[in-house]
Amino acid sequence: MNAFQLLNGATFAALLFVVASGFSLIFGLLRIVNLAHGALYLAGGYVGFTVAVHSGSYVLGGAAAILAVAALGFALDQGLLRFVRGHELREVLLTLGVAFVLNDMALVIWGGDSFTVPIPDALKGGVRIFGVFYPKYRLFVLVTGILIFIALMLLLHRTRLGALIRAGVDDPEMVEASGINIRRVFLGTFLLGSALAGFGGLMGGAFLSLYPSADAEILVFSLAVVIIGGRGSLVGVAIGSLLVGFLNTLGQVMFPELAYFVIFGPMVCLLAFRPLGLLGRAT
Amino acid sequence: MTTLEPIAAPATGPRTFAGARARTIAIVALVLASLAALPFGLSKYQVGLATEMLIYGVLAMSIDILAGFAGRTSLAHGAIFGISAYVVVYAVSHLGLPPAVAVVLGVMAATAAAALFSLVAVRTSGVYFLLITIALGMIVWGICLRWTDVTGGENGLRGDMRVGLLRDHQTFYWMVLVVAALASFAMWRFVRSPFGLTLRGIRDSESRMRSLGYNVHLHLFIGFTVSGFFAGIAGALYAFFNSFVSPSTVALAQSVQGLLMAITGGIGTLFGSFVGSFAILTLQNVVSSYTERWQTALGVTFILIMIFAPEGLVGKLRALLSRGARGSAN
Repeated sequence: MNAFQLLNGATFAALLFVVASGFSLIFGLLRIVNLAHGALYLAGGYVGFTVAVHSGSYVLGGAAAILAVAALGFALDQGLLRFVRGHELREVLLTLGVAFVLNDMALVIWGGDSFTVPIPDALKGGVRIFGVFYPKYRLFVLVTGILIFIALMLLLHRTRLGALIRAGVDDPEMVEASGINIRRVFLGTFLLGSALAGFGGLMGGAFLSLYPSADAEILVFSLAVVIIGGRGSLVGVAIGSLLVGFLNTLGQVMFPELAYFVIFGPMVCLLAFRPLGLLGRAT
Repeated sequence: MTTLEPIAAPATGPRTFAGARARTIAIVALVLASLAALPFGLSKYQVGLATEMLIYGVLAMSIDILAGFAGRTSLAHGAIFGISAYVVVYAVSHLGLPPAVAVVLGVMAATAAAALFSLVAVRTSGVYFLLITIALGMIVWGICLRWTDVTGGENGLRGDMRVGLLRDHQTFYWMVLVVAALASFAMWRFVRSPFGLTLRGIRDSESRMRSLGYNVHLHLFIGFTVSGFFAGIAGALYAFFNSFVSPSTVALAQSVQGLLMAITGGIGTLFGSFVGSFAILTLQNVVSSYTERWQTALGVTFILIMIFAPEGLVGKLRALLSRGARGSAN
């Protein structure tokens, strides 16, 4: 692989991290496998696209994507998931139903064409880096991914909310018994995770473009990341994203038709030794 | 709760009355006879729909033997079903093989895929199992979409499948009915066999089965592979029914629809799968005649069933009936 492909892998990994970290946070703390996460990504992308096109501002598009998807997350958690709390499998299957509805509604509203979110002028064009000419926007995605990783690490390890989330991942009953309203922490995490999916949608929509099956594709990548990394661990998500990002790029270069196998092979080997992922812990 | 609660099956101990067995046989014969007589009273379109219901009933039942009896909810069965359908269509249309050989190849491919999948999946349970089966199914979907030389990509594969006797829609229906009946009987025998009992033991307590000396992973592996074999049979039938396969045949929606049918019928009821298949496909036909938004309707149905009737129609009916019986007794 040359520098160009390595950068492609790294920028894709950064996008995956943003999307999958939300998925993993919700999975780790709330024990909810939110299969609507891909649909939230797509919804964020479409909303961000529409706002960015009409207002001419990428930043406004981002804000709209985050707010809209957080609102969707709120409706999903408070409107539907509350009826099936504590039943893991019913929760998962319910979010699957939501994913179908959201995907179909997106098709009604935005149609089957593929869209690309407009990039701000400052990020257009390319720069010379490691001896290759590389698009500025993808470097922006890489930097944003790293910044979000740092911000989430600080949030989890340096703030009270982070301490509550980490404690909740380990033992929600004990947190509740010590007088904390764990439900609010859960809701906050759900909104944060959804917002990350929405923001990922906008960011990815500018270089992967948005089309009706993009939600399923990003979902399978997120699943692979979380299966490899283990749930509820940010470092696990980061490692998983890098692995999946590089393997995917490698696969596309070497076996374009069987790129999925290239991710799948290592995942299988890993599962044979660590069924709960690299950094996953049994609960 | 990490598994969908199976409906408490009626006691399956040795029958004390020979009459009970005779009655069961009579009921089964009656159901089969009325199903066999169905084509005489229905239009060609309706016979086609009934054929589709039987095929999906077999798929849903293959999901139910895992979900209801081994406590493993799979979302890879649509892909296993689709692999069989792809292989059958490819063998007939591109390799020019006779249909019977194509069916054998298709079912073998599906069984092999299921065996491969189960190697990865059986070490996990609950939500992790579901996640891994989704990922596996999506990989199949990705391959069907991208490997255009073989699978035809988004255009899919079309074959002239219904030749000779199969061309007639009534004959085809009867053939599907026979296969579905045999497959259902085999699956029913399978879950009631001593081996099936060990699967139920694993569902109820994996650690206890392990300490009793059972090789839990091996049993789940066999269970999954057998279930994949039946999903493959359904897929092969579907190839002849539809004469066309595309990535949407192996998509997650296919697995979801199969699982929804199994759940609607009632997880662990086995024959409820056909009730579920009937209910969902009827709904699909009604909805499709009003709007193109079938996918939304499917999603909404899924959400509603998860919230209001996770035990399925058969389970719900049983609960209502027993409540009614208790009510009248009081």
